Amino acid sequence: MALYLLQRIVLLLATLAFASIVIFAVMEVLPGNAAEVMLGASATPEAVAALAHKLGLDQSITARYFAWVSGLARGDLGLSYAYGSPIRTLILDRLAVSAPLALMAMALTSVVALAAGVTAAARRNRPSDVAIVAVSQIGLAVPNFWFAIVLVLIFSVWLRIAPAGGFPGWSAGAAPALGALILPAIALGLVQAAILTRVTRSAVIDVLNEDFIRTARAKGLSRGAILWRHALPNALTPILTIMGLQFANLIAGAIIVENVFTLPGVGNLIFQAISNRDILVVEDCVMLLAAIVIAVNFLVDVACATIDPRLRRAT
Amino acid sequence: MTDQTFLSRARANPSFLWGAALVGLIIFAAALSTIWTPYPPEAIDIPHKLLPPSSTHWLGTDQLGHDVASQLLAGARVSILVGVIAVGIGVLFGVALGLAAASAKGLIEDAIMRLSDFAFAFPALLLAIMLTAIFGPGVVNAIIAIGIFNVPVFAKVTRAAANGVLTREYVLAARAAGKGPVAIAIEHVLPNIASTLIVQATIQFAIAVLAEVALSYLGLGAQPPLASWGRMLSEAQRLLFQAPRLAVFPGLAVVLAVLGLNLLGDGLRDLLDPRLRARR
Repeated sequence: MALYLLQRIVLLLATLAFASIVIFAVMEVLPGNAAEVMLGASATPEAVAALAHKLGLDQSITARYFAWVSGLARGDLGLSYAYGSPIRTLILDRLAVSAPLALMAMALTSVVALAAGVTAAARRNRPSDVAIVAVSQIGLAVPNFWFAIVLVLIFSVWLRIAPAGGFPGWSAGAAPALGALILPAIALGLVQAAILTRVTRSAVIDVLNEDFIRTARAKGLSRGAILWRHALPNALTPILTIMGLQFANLIAGAIIVENVFTLPGVGNLIFQAISNRDILVVEDCVMLLAAIVIAVNFLVDVACATIDPRLRRAT
Repeated sequence: MTDQTFLSRARANPSFLWGAALVGLIIFAAALSTIWTPYPPEAIDIPHKLLPPSSTHWLGTDQLGHDVASQLLAGARVSILVGVIAVGIGVLFGVALGLAAASAKGLIEDAIMRLSDFAFAFPALLLAIMLTAIFGPGVVNAIIAIGIFNVPVFAKVTRAAANGVLTREYVLAARAAGKGPVAIAIEHVLPNIASTLIVQATIQFAIAVLAEVALSYLGLGAQPPLASWGRMLSEAQRLLFQAPRLAVFPGLAVVLAVLGLNLLGDGLRDLLDPRLRARR
């Protein structure tokens, strides 16, 4: 296990390094000099040059890349051109909205998908299974932001029991803040649950065909015990792997759903930064989101190898 | 597998039939919109804005008096176009990389596959948002951004399928007969992995349609006056309290298109790969 873990950590660091190079390179090709954009068309060339020097834009690409990466490693994300404040504070403020949203959505996805997937597998080819498969098939086709709009339509426009958007802030208390995140979390979580339901169903069906399940049945164990204590834990590896891969979709989905509900999250910060040409903020935000996704997938790999020792030999 | 048995099995496969019908409907709508729509999709008609559905405007009009039915038909064209080209980019480069990885083995295979793994772990839509934001919003940039992410998907699928074929006797025989790796890849591997690639292409098409709708909704894809389902949704959201129906029709169109493509993909997988059918 120690060797496996070491291999995985090396791979994690390599992936992070590669991600940072890609993101830096993509942002480098941005047309226009950040200093020119900040100062506007009326600025003198001297003023632009002075600001470019202050921002370090006159240094070589490699020097700027290493300065950026070493800053990230130290937790120093630099200053926002547009806001004039430390990017670290900006991102932490926005994460106070985005992180609970992503966690609520992921929790909802897991609960719904595991319950529906295991139920469908246990009742294979019966009406409840057919219904679950049909609903999940439709769920796969629904864009999460359209589902978000439909939820606003139902709960805010027609029933008038939920806010159509906005965020009161955590200072207003936990209840109103969580209340503002419920519809976005449902919009994100339920659509994600569709694919996980299908994966759970087929993974559990595969396990239910194994010999040890027949033995458990012969021992006289109840259906519930067989399903939840024997079948589900043995089906967890593919389920966890897909959950890890889905996390990337969840993060991207969160950016769009935040937009529907006008939530002041990281997605909103990225869009503001793009329109302000606040390059460093965009770079830092995208790197942060990529790092979260990469780290989650690393944890999923390690969790799978812990559950199923055969996987440790796979690499 | 003869054509006769394929057709009779296709007729007995509900996924395939429903999928083909829905996809056929969307393609028909897209094709029809190139020669006929009830009204010109871009025509602004302010005196007739926000009309409810009627016999003159089947699905009503929006805030600028655009005919919603005409815009939906024209929107199908954009979705199909983006899907076809984005998947085409993925197939062209991804299959070449996948075949190169499977044929070359060793360091090249490792490098190509690690790059693909990285792309899988990265939020694809996030980089698409970055790319379209940097190079400017528009359909062409959206197609490129979506297409880039199809490349690793096809590279991975191609390599896995090609590795299965490369160990077969007829490939060994071809190698013994002096055929080079490129000739073997094109003449023997490609025809034998085509069905896997067709199924994957259908799935990626559905993902491309969803991505285009998302980018256009964010204002980074199709630009006015080009009609697109994502843009229709973003405009409808501003009028949710006055004309909620405007948000319903484009969303349903997306769901039908993606549902159709997914069902078609499932159906094709059943029909083209009987081994998988037994597992489901």
